Amino acid sequence: MQREGQVRIPSGCAIAGIFAKDGKRIPGDTMIQSIATMHDRSNGLGGGFAGYGIYPEYKDLYAFHVFYDTMEARENCERFLDHHFDVVNLSKIPIKKTPKITNEPLIWRYFVSPMPTRLADSQLDEREYTARCVIRINTQIKGAYIFSCGKNMGVFKAVGFPEDVGEFYRLGDYAGYGWTAHGRYPTNTPGWWGGAHPFAMLDYSVVHNGEISSYDANRRYIEMFGYKCTLLTDTEVITYIIDYLNRRQGLTLEEVASTIAASFWSTIDRKDPKEREKLLYLRNRFPSLLITGPFSILLGFTGGMMALNDRLKLRSMVVAEKGDMAYMASEECAIRAIEPHPDRIWSPKGGEPVIVTLKEGTEHAR
Amino acid sequence: MPVNYFYPDYEVVRDRDKCIQCRVCERQCANEVHSYDKDRNLMLADSSKCVDCQRCVSLCPTGALKIVKSDNTFKENSNWSGTIIKELYRQAESGGVLLSSMGNPLPFPVYWDKMLINASQVTNPSIDPLREPMETKVYLGKKSSEIQRDKNGNLVNNLSPYLTLSVPIMFSAMSYGSISYNAHESLARAATALGIYYNTGEGGLHEDFYKYGKNTIVQVASGRFGVYKDYLEAGAAIEIKMGQGAKPGIGGHLPGEKIVGDVSRTRMIPEGSDAISPAPHHDIYSIEDLRQLVDSLKEATDYKKPVIVKIAAVHNVAAIASGIARSGADIIAIDGFRGGTGAAPTRIRDNVGIPIELALASVDERLRQEGIRDNVSIVVGGSIRSSSDIIKAVALGADAVYIATAALLALGCHLCRSCQTGKCNWGIATQKPELVKRLNPNVGYKRLINLITAWDHEIKEMMGGMGINSIEALKGNRLMLRGVGLTEKELEILGIKHAGE
Amino acid sequence: MKRVYVNEEWCLGCHLCEYYCAFANSGIKDMVKALKDVQINPRLRIEEAPGVSFAVSCRHCDEPLCVKGCITGSLHIENGVITFDKEKCVGCYTCILSCPYGAIMPSETGAVQKCELCLKNSFGTPACVKGCPNQAIVFEER
Repeated sequence: MQREGQVRIPSGCAIAGIFAKDGKRIPGDTMIQSIATMHDRSNGLGGGFAGYGIYPEYKDLYAFHVFYDTMEARENCERFLDHHFDVVNLSKIPIKKTPKITNEPLIWRYFVSPMPTRLADSQLDEREYTARCVIRINTQIKGAYIFSCGKNMGVFKAVGFPEDVGEFYRLGDYAGYGWTAHGRYPTNTPGWWGGAHPFAMLDYSVVHNGEISSYDANRRYIEMFGYKCTLLTDTEVITYIIDYLNRRQGLTLEEVASTIAASFWSTIDRKDPKEREKLLYLRNRFPSLLITGPFSILLGFTGGMMALNDRLKLRSMVVAEKGDMAYMASEECAIRAIEPHPDRIWSPKGGEPVIVTLKEGTEHAR
Repeated sequence: MPVNYFYPDYEVVRDRDKCIQCRVCERQCANEVHSYDKDRNLMLADSSKCVDCQRCVSLCPTGALKIVKSDNTFKENSNWSGTIIKELYRQAESGGVLLSSMGNPLPFPVYWDKMLINASQVTNPSIDPLREPMETKVYLGKKSSEIQRDKNGNLVNNLSPYLTLSVPIMFSAMSYGSISYNAHESLARAATALGIYYNTGEGGLHEDFYKYGKNTIVQVASGRFGVYKDYLEAGAAIEIKMGQGAKPGIGGHLPGEKIVGDVSRTRMIPEGSDAISPAPHHDIYSIEDLRQLVDSLKEATDYKKPVIVKIAAVHNVAAIASGIARSGADIIAIDGFRGGTGAAPTRIRDNVGIPIELALASVDERLRQEGIRDNVSIVVGGSIRSSSDIIKAVALGADAVYIATAALLALGCHLCRSCQTGKCNWGIATQKPELVKRLNPNVGYKRLINLITAWDHEIKEMMGGMGINSIEALKGNRLMLRGVGLTEKELEILGIKHAGE
Repeated sequence: MKRVYVNEEWCLGCHLCEYYCAFANSGIKDMVKALKDVQINPRLRIEEAPGVSFAVSCRHCDEPLCVKGCITGSLHIENGVITFDKEKCVGCYTCILSCPYGAIMPSETGAVQKCELCLKNSFGTPACVKGCPNQAIVFEER
């Protein structure tokens, strides 16, 4: 049987997110409680979480979460890491054995910073250097797969139902200002844990529900810029697109949304001249990054979170607010499970991003 | 002639019970196949003159006529086919190069017909174009500008000049001279009404058609016929013609008898003189020379118009395209070996060049590998026959397609492949006034609009089926294609999987 | 009122209009049966000279000389269309003499015939217009 990456596997999904604008640290089990409500939207073949602000003690270091198939892969990878990074701390990621999660790979965590000499030689900025190293490990070191590589954030994922995955990774021991969660319903067996979501690149993490019809157009375009889509999943390509547009091209998240979930030409024509010019420019400049087909995504990034639907809103997504807390989920029940009385609850329109960020002055705010 | 080597290829069959002797066949045949025998009140036919253009068949009011393939056969031989034998006889008689027109008719593989298109089932929804917006608008040009912001942080629109197409289809180059005034008028008016572009070809732009300039691509070919400042400024884009799919590596030759009146004036050459386009541009012997011509044309038009470089699909097309993508050109047009022509040496038309499907796949992939796909848009031609061919071309990586044969068919052409005789019974490939008037542009332009509109509908239906509601999400989306009956190598070049995978 | 007009620029001189006219007014459903071995007598005629040709049929003039000259009222105007009433005609041919276009001609079925825009035959709309391969004959408001 082919494993994920050798074959493209469509999936249905549940997604959910929580964000504290005041920077209050939310324990991981709150997120578990929310996503568990949507149990039937996943089928036990993938679940995962991303937590932001969970490593305050190492906040200036990149936290690499790595799956290894073999000890040999670990040795090869660590040799590479030693060459390219100062490894400040390494350990196995603590897990709690449960019969519901089996066949786990070796799961390791490294807190690293780029080797200053190597970084200088590369003539790249720190983030680009790190991203390229991660892509290199994931494509070239057999059996090693870095599934999380941002600062002060971490991805936890496995094959299983999300609530079991959360328990497996002991998420109750972590707390952060933002969480996203994902339950997966793939149409065939992914074969390994790397296929579970969230998918992350640096501090961007994406959970996604949908099957994008533009996939190969997006993939073949983004691969021109050094990305390598090894999983063949929508989430992976969406993450790379956001990384490319937001980090490398310097577009704002609103501009990113106007590019990947661009308005129809007829809608653009009706905008005021300044807005029209901007939207026309973005669509015309990055036509191959338009994403079509159904999707709802939650993008996590340092200091914020964005929810976005495809422009036809072919997937459900609900957003709610209560004080400084923001909630986003595929279904309202996932929000009510942890916040029965939100101040406001609504379904954002297709293509219109909902962006929440830490309040100014809060730690980690951009 | 004591020995006649040529039994007619096609025979005119007349149902005498149906013929009412109205003589429309006789009046409409420029090849003088039909005649009327007054004494016997009978219509007669000389099949040896028939080119099977179907004009008489189409106009016969009682359906009394048909043209059938002659069943006269040479002794069967899989190696020496009847066609080859006859061509040989013809050369033994004339001592000349064989001439043909329109595209390569030989049974080479048509890869379009070996690719199948995807559709959504269950995991994502198909989209109904009658109920939801479905976008086929395309912008052609460079998309490689750096993101810039003004002092207020607003994005600066720094895109290079581009073409806007309501549908990813353009009418490709056919010169005034090779086709008639009325054919050009039909194309120009249809392009204007549709919001697309037609292409002057290398024969200059008739003064009557300057008014369609904003939907016109003006071509600069090796003969530079009719090229001057006003011409360059008249068009929406300028196309440098380096090659043509039907005859890669050679130039063109419009015989003096077609250089009459307006054709001579438009081409800016004396009446009756042969219009000979050299095989290469004599100022382009290498890629750096091309760059200079691109720059000169841009300089001449104040950097306001995109420049297209058109090449024939030849063996090394990916490397050539990569060179062009770095030459400052905004759009590359690639013409496959099945592309049409008004006249080409038969051997070249039938044996030189490569299929556009393979050329497109390898060019698109090469430009992506080199990270320069954004430098240019890719337009492909050379036998796009239907909306599904277009879907497949876009999915392989084309931004838009060029059609010419298909457009001529819409105008009445029946692919008799006798353009070189100048006696087109449909008023298309001729300059004889009595034949030219047979193509009424009021009829012709509407038929072109109908064709493109119909194809647009079909494109939208197929896109909707795939769950794609904008054509840009189909571009290069090769997962939407599967091959049938293709070898591993062919699949590898096309960059697609086999059906069932 | 919609009338039949000719765009001589697009007339090919193919004479199909004459045959469609003869067929339309034959009252026979099959064109072959109607026209096979028949010397047609259509109500419109192609006028030809080298380099130019066009179909001529009744102009349905606003002040028609034929109607003025008709001694029995056989020719009259119905909703703008110059119409012929066979029952009233006495065959004096005054109309043929007075029509400046030669658009009225003797007929084997009545005394005279003229284009009545196919309103009376089974076509209902001018057959010459429908049958013209190049839209050189049109039926339109001008």
